[in-house]
Amino acid sequence: MSQAAVPRGRARPAAAIAFTVLALVIAVGAYVLAGLGKRGNVPATIALYGSIFAIGFAAAAFTIRRYAPSADPALFPTAAVLTGLGFAMIFRLSGGLAAEQATWVAIGLAAFCVTLFVVRDHRQLDAYTYTIGLLGIVLLLLPVVPGIGRTINGARLWVKIGPIGFQPSEIGKVLIVVFLASYLTQKRELLRVATGGVGPLRLPPAKHLMPVLLAWGASLAVLFIQRDLGASLLYFGIFVVMLWVATGRAAYLVIGGLLFAIGAWVGYQVFDHVQLRVDVWLNALDPAKVFDVGYGQLAQAQFGMGTGGLVGEGLGRGSPGLIPFASTDFIFAAIGEELGMLGTAGILLLYLLLVGKGLRAALASPDAFGRLLATGLSTAVALQTFVIVGGVTRVIPLTGVTLPFVSYGGSSLVSNFVLLALLVRVSSGPAPVRPKGGG
Amino acid sequence: MERQVRQLALALGVLFVILIGQVTYIQVVSADRLADNPANAKRQLIAEYEVNRGQILAADRRTVLALSKRSPGELRFERRYPQGELNGYVTGYYSFVYGRSRLEESFNGYLAGDAPQLLPQTLADMVLGRPKRGGSIITSIVPELQEAAAQALGDLPGGVAAIDPRTGNVLTLVANPSYDPNPLSSHDPAEIRRTWEELNADPDKPLRSRASDELYPPGSTFKIIDAAAALANGYGPASTWPNPHVLDLPDTNETLSNFGGVTCSGGSRITLADALRQSCNVVFGEIGLELGAEALAEQAWAFGFAPTSTTGDVPFDVPFQEGVFPDPSYFEDRRPAVALSAIGQDNVAANPLQMALVAGAIGNGGVMMRPRLVTEVRAPDGQVVETFEPEIFSRPMTEVNAALLTAMMIEVVEGGTGTAARISGVSVAGKTGTAQHGEGADPHAWFVSFAPADDPQIAVAVIVLDGGSLGSEATGGALAAPIARAVMEAALNR
Repeated sequence: MSQAAVPRGRARPAAAIAFTVLALVIAVGAYVLAGLGKRGNVPATIALYGSIFAIGFAAAAFTIRRYAPSADPALFPTAAVLTGLGFAMIFRLSGGLAAEQATWVAIGLAAFCVTLFVVRDHRQLDAYTYTIGLLGIVLLLLPVVPGIGRTINGARLWVKIGPIGFQPSEIGKVLIVVFLASYLTQKRELLRVATGGVGPLRLPPAKHLMPVLLAWGASLAVLFIQRDLGASLLYFGIFVVMLWVATGRAAYLVIGGLLFAIGAWVGYQVFDHVQLRVDVWLNALDPAKVFDVGYGQLAQAQFGMGTGGLVGEGLGRGSPGLIPFASTDFIFAAIGEELGMLGTAGILLLYLLLVGKGLRAALASPDAFGRLLATGLSTAVALQTFVIVGGVTRVIPLTGVTLPFVSYGGSSLVSNFVLLALLVRVSSGPAPVRPKGGG
Repeated sequence: MERQVRQLALALGVLFVILIGQVTYIQVVSADRLADNPANAKRQLIAEYEVNRGQILAADRRTVLALSKRSPGELRFERRYPQGELNGYVTGYYSFVYGRSRLEESFNGYLAGDAPQLLPQTLADMVLGRPKRGGSIITSIVPELQEAAAQALGDLPGGVAAIDPRTGNVLTLVANPSYDPNPLSSHDPAEIRRTWEELNADPDKPLRSRASDELYPPGSTFKIIDAAAALANGYGPASTWPNPHVLDLPDTNETLSNFGGVTCSGGSRITLADALRQSCNVVFGEIGLELGAEALAEQAWAFGFAPTSTTGDVPFDVPFQEGVFPDPSYFEDRRPAVALSAIGQDNVAANPLQMALVAGAIGNGGVMMRPRLVTEVRAPDGQVVETFEPEIFSRPMTEVNAALLTAMMIEVVEGGTGTAARISGVSVAGKTGTAQHGEGADPHAWFVSFAPADDPQIAVAVIVLDGGSLGSEATGGALAAPIARAVMEAALNR
């Protein structure tokens, strides 16, 4: 492996502090504006929520400074801005949801700090390949277990133990990426070898193709058993991309694409709800269908974004309450209504920045595991964003996944902050042995 | 591995470019199309109520007939009508369940700020982030006259219409029973629906104006149209007509008699002027038969009547049901109907606004002005953006004949059936009517008039339905003339 062409970042504490302060100003500012726009006064909860953000962001910045001083200074602030904008929108939709989300922001930021504190060097994770992989699979399949699994909105994604409900697949997703990074780093030489071929495609031996087929089967299982189209697509996409990056074999992309096409076709033939999703995607605004529930929901999202226009109605000034699931699946449309096309494009650019910084961390990482890990994590964020935003904007059929950092939801927020911590870790390299880096 | 990561970055970048392209398409390119989608009704409603809708003002430019008030609910502005029932037939209502009516509907473009004349202001508001404001419309309604008419009418069922004969300005338009547009324009769907159902269940149909929507037999007030037709056909006011006790109707054994079965005074022959003064049915039956259906129809139509009860023949700023005089072909095998039509019975029909237009045309030298309610539109900053000039609708009479008919109508008030409309120091021209409608029903009492007769500033028509307070004893002179007089006094003393 050649020396990384992209230099590892050096510590830039001034930039990190400036960006974090800016993120705090945007986050709290958006929330205050939402309150002003909706009710005409500064929210009464300003002291509470303001301090959660201020203390949380400061703690995260301090932890980065101490345990990951060379991290990319833009990574955390970018995610923090997204979290803040999402919170402002949730607050504007429902004070009750905002209280829960604020709690989850605090827990998510704590998880971020703990992850950075515990994982001093990302290579630690490389030692537990199969433990992590197994744990990931267990979490993924947990909702299927009778008694604790719950089906919400047609997908069996939830686990309820006692009073606590959560979506284990969210954290499972992070663990699976860690597992794949570790596994593929170890096996990539084997998977690179091409023995046979069909035309210009050079294929590895059949036994090395097994992992691809296994992942494909697992994705289909997620689709068939949990009826979770979005997650199924996401996992398989992440896997194929990581396999391709690990081996450098474009053949895997082609095979993956074919398998995906077959899976999609079979899914379409077998499942009514998949057929419906496709029809809703194509005909959401058809006058003959637009009054039906499924079509109407997607149509309302379009109406919300259309109402927002170029500059939006202003935070707190629109009617995103008309958009179904406005705090979760459709939060992007709700933001589009109040912040306009400038707001939605801005949010997409923030994701692009986050993903770009993640991939840059991958390029800068000296070890293959770190590279693959950062690549996988960045891809997960990018694909998940594409799946939900593309679904909401009718680029692709809608499948319900959360918008990372923005959507309401504890499991999603906490696991995305863990994911972010791992990206920050790869970007920074191992934590300094002595806390106040002595050189 | 490094090459793949760079390619991946490029590919993911492309995905995000696609998304940015798509949000641009949705939010900028197709925003208008999405706004018009039929399933987008709720947002269309919210957008409509985002507008600070313009006011509807009276002729004095101060009295507010309709205005928009900030509302604490999801819909930003609520429509209010400070005078309640009084101006319901002018403003109409503004309901998100049942739509708009009258001026709220016909001038919606101005009131909602969508009219191109208001564009500069609308754009300025948009740039400054202010709520969109609509233009205000100035009506010709005179608040004092509205109140005088409503007060004079009291609880009697009926309607009053008054116009300025010189301009066609409608000064008064009231009817009983009326309705209050406020509950229909509230933001409470339950209240709106309840009110709507009550109004529609009411046999008196309060949502329809008795002054301008409904039709009634005009009775003897139609004789001024007969007289106009007679003058046009060469019969002067002094032309004499047989004055029998009753008129034998052709092709039947039926006869036509005068009101109360009396014989008109004046001997065996009576002048046209005297017959009008005494409102002799027998003589006007003769005149109708002599002139023929063609001549009567032509004259009535020139005054704005139409052959059928379709609306729109006389353009007006709110829906208006013109009078009806059937096509001559209707009379071909119904000769008695010609005589009956001449005394405003059979299938002839009118309402106060129609009859005020007739009276106004006579007073205005034979020139009938198009009726109008709105004279001016102002931008939210007060600047006049549109002025509507008076328009001539028709010339139903020559100036000479109009003057002759005016003189005959003065006699009606001076010494005929309409003395109750006399105003000291002012010459009033008028005509009474007592219209039968159906067996056993008490008659409708009519009065149409204008004053001052030599230079009229106001023409008024009044109908009191079903005998009003006098039952079967009701006459136009007794019941309707005092109401018309009250309105004219208010107009002339103002």
